[in-house]
Amino acid sequence: MNTNILEIKDPILSIENLSVAYDKNVAVKDVSVGIKKNTVTAIMGPSGCGKSTLLRVLNRMHELYENIHTTGTVLLNGEDVFKMSPIKLRRRTGMVFQRPNPFPTMSIYDNVIAGYKLNGISQKKAERDEIVERSLRDVALWDEVKDSLTKKGTFLSGGQQQRLCIARALAFNPEIILLDEPTSALDPVATSKIEDLLITLKENYTIVMVTHNMSQAARISDYSLFMYLGELVEYGKTKNMFTNPQDRRTEEYLTGKFG
Amino acid sequence: MKVTGIKDNIKLRINKDRIFLSLVVLFSVITVSPIVLIIFKLIEKGYKQLSFSFLIEKTPDTLQAMSAISAHEVIPGGIANGILGTFLMVALAGVIAIPVGIISGVYLYENQGKLMANLVRNVSDILQGVPSIVLGLISYMWVVKHITHGFSALSGSVALSIMMLPMIVRSTEETLKMIPQTLKEAGLALGIPYWRVLFGILIPTGFSGLMTGILLAVSRVIGETAPLMLTALGSTVINTNISKPTSAIPLLIWEFYNDPNMVDLIWSSSLLLMIIVLTFNLVSKQVAAQRK
Amino acid sequence: MNSDKITKIVLFSVSFIILIVAGGMVFSLVGGAIPAFKTFGLGFITSTQWDPTDGHEVYGAMPFIAGTLITSFAALIISFPLSFATSLFLGEYYRNTFVAKILGTMVDLLAGIPSIVYGLWGFYVLRPFLIDIGFENQGFGVFTASLVLAIMIIPYATSLSNEIISMVPNDLKEAAYSLGATRYEVIMHVTVPAARSGIFAGYILAFGRALGETMAVTMLIGNSIKMPNGLFSTGNSMASVIANQFGEADGLKLSALISIGLLLFVITGIVNWIGKLIIKKMS
Repeated sequence: MNTNILEIKDPILSIENLSVAYDKNVAVKDVSVGIKKNTVTAIMGPSGCGKSTLLRVLNRMHELYENIHTTGTVLLNGEDVFKMSPIKLRRRTGMVFQRPNPFPTMSIYDNVIAGYKLNGISQKKAERDEIVERSLRDVALWDEVKDSLTKKGTFLSGGQQQRLCIARALAFNPEIILLDEPTSALDPVATSKIEDLLITLKENYTIVMVTHNMSQAARISDYSLFMYLGELVEYGKTKNMFTNPQDRRTEEYLTGKFG
Repeated sequence: MKVTGIKDNIKLRINKDRIFLSLVVLFSVITVSPIVLIIFKLIEKGYKQLSFSFLIEKTPDTLQAMSAISAHEVIPGGIANGILGTFLMVALAGVIAIPVGIISGVYLYENQGKLMANLVRNVSDILQGVPSIVLGLISYMWVVKHITHGFSALSGSVALSIMMLPMIVRSTEETLKMIPQTLKEAGLALGIPYWRVLFGILIPTGFSGLMTGILLAVSRVIGETAPLMLTALGSTVINTNISKPTSAIPLLIWEFYNDPNMVDLIWSSSLLLMIIVLTFNLVSKQVAAQRK
Repeated sequence: MNSDKITKIVLFSVSFIILIVAGGMVFSLVGGAIPAFKTFGLGFITSTQWDPTDGHEVYGAMPFIAGTLITSFAALIISFPLSFATSLFLGEYYRNTFVAKILGTMVDLLAGIPSIVYGLWGFYVLRPFLIDIGFENQGFGVFTASLVLAIMIIPYATSLSNEIISMVPNDLKEAAYSLGATRYEVIMHVTVPAARSGIFAGYILAFGRALGETMAVTMLIGNSIKMPNGLFSTGNSMASVIANQFGEADGLKLSALISIGLLLFVITGIVNWIGKLIIKKMS
């Protein structure tokens, strides 16, 4: 067992010996790691290190593309995600993308409730209203948009759009939220708002976030994962990793020698 | 706090997904099946008649055809008058449309965003949408009535050239837009005169793009029948005088279709027409593919 | 004067030919139409009479306008499921695959088949089949023409919508997948709504194509000079009446045919202009 990898007790998400290959190129090599409930975990590493691929395997988004093979297991609350229907798995996990991507043909209201609509789940209006309000309050957007719920989501600012996308992911009350560099397309003010939001969200949710930005990982994550060339190099408490990295490659990355 | 009590039927949704994909595949196959059916039909019924003499002899008259049918012989003669007429008229249409089309395309490229260029572009787009039969009417009023004073190859060519023109204008402009601006600047920086930069550097660089557009335009007009009915009219003899009525392959098909004695010639003529059209079509695609 | 200036003048004057041609076209069509409109007034458009007998000539365009609109509209409806499926096949399900390349080439070839060959195929292959399943009028009529017209316009409807569908950003689709949607649901709720104006514009342009088709319609619609009373009745379209009646036309009759040409020019112009407007609004 690699001593640079922290062991988590009772993880909500447990990745065991996971390898992912595109055709013959191995993108993720034999990664084993546990994610702790109600924390923010950051996945870091230089581009092409396999961090986005790792994130996408967690809700099986990688299956949208052909010629990708995985071995190993991922357990969500003890259940093997590869044995679940992807539909159910994706409802139990929320995902937020690099660029804000509200559905351009839907209103703000419909964007929040989009998961239910897409899944063909019918509800009473009161129920829907409640979900929309709760989700928008969760992302601190309710007060800004409550009078313009019927407007198109694309009229909002970039930061607001991204919060709307987080609200859309929260509407199903997911057990885990996966974020793929969620602030890379945003300005610093919007970025810091999202960061504050993620810190408050971890009270109720578990957050796994891919980030390019080391200082962001340092600011908001509890645990950090450092990946290099598909390998999990180091995993531990963010504080420890930034002050006392165990692996030479982690240290070089954190001091800006490559990236 | 997990969301519970979500009521949906995942199995049903997955089945719907699969059925939809099957329908998409099925309908797509139905969509392209006519091309296969049509080509097979043409080959099946037309290949027997296709021979060298079919290409070099002129059409028989209806009596010759009738006596051949009653004697259970192959109808004599060919469609040389149509083949020659088609090439004559299309070539002449090209001579009219290609220079005008290319120069106008260059003009549009050189004047992006200007009012006059936008007007020319929009008008050219309108021309592209005009039904070919209307172009036949126009050429009748202009050329048949006032220039050749009778049905003529020239009037057919004018109708076809108006059809080709907007296609060539557009493909020229689109091709030039894809050539890096720096190439033009490099030429001008060397002190090469403007017209030489345009026609000595830009046009040769985009040559295969222009060729694609021209070949495609030719393949579109070769099969045109309606405008020629109003202009070239048709002829039973081989004619090379552009001010005289002239035949064309599609015109002959139309005549054979209307003459019970000649019906057997329909298929071989159509097969030949399809071979010519598809050759132009595929060659233009090949030229386009090579560019990439 | 230097050579640059001459070049510019040449470019401009040659392009001006396009404007002259288009202007001359309008001028000639209007000029040729004047006798008919002078004789019958605007009633020419609405009248259903068509009698070329010397002495009491009467011409009205309505049967042909109706024939054109009905066949084109029916063709659009018939082609919709086919071209919609094909654009999803090419732009979504099998995007950038070898199969899509083959299918795409075949669709393009459909656009290359001459109208008269479609007409022959309709006449000799489709029509006997329709007679077998009980069609009246020897299988001729509006529906037969629409069926062949539907095949002919598929490439025009497909090429634009396939392109627009393939341009729908991937991250929108991924967002929908990440919420648990199936591919069908993603297509119906995200991809198609995002591409809808492009798809719509494609159908408008295809409709414009159908309006002006001559040979295939002439060979199948039955060429009867009367208002079509239903999908299975025979009729005549604007383009086909010009093609059919032109040979023996002069004087007032020629003017009536030119007037129909003018009306066809105007109708296709309007339809194409609407299609272009939608495309412009999208980009």
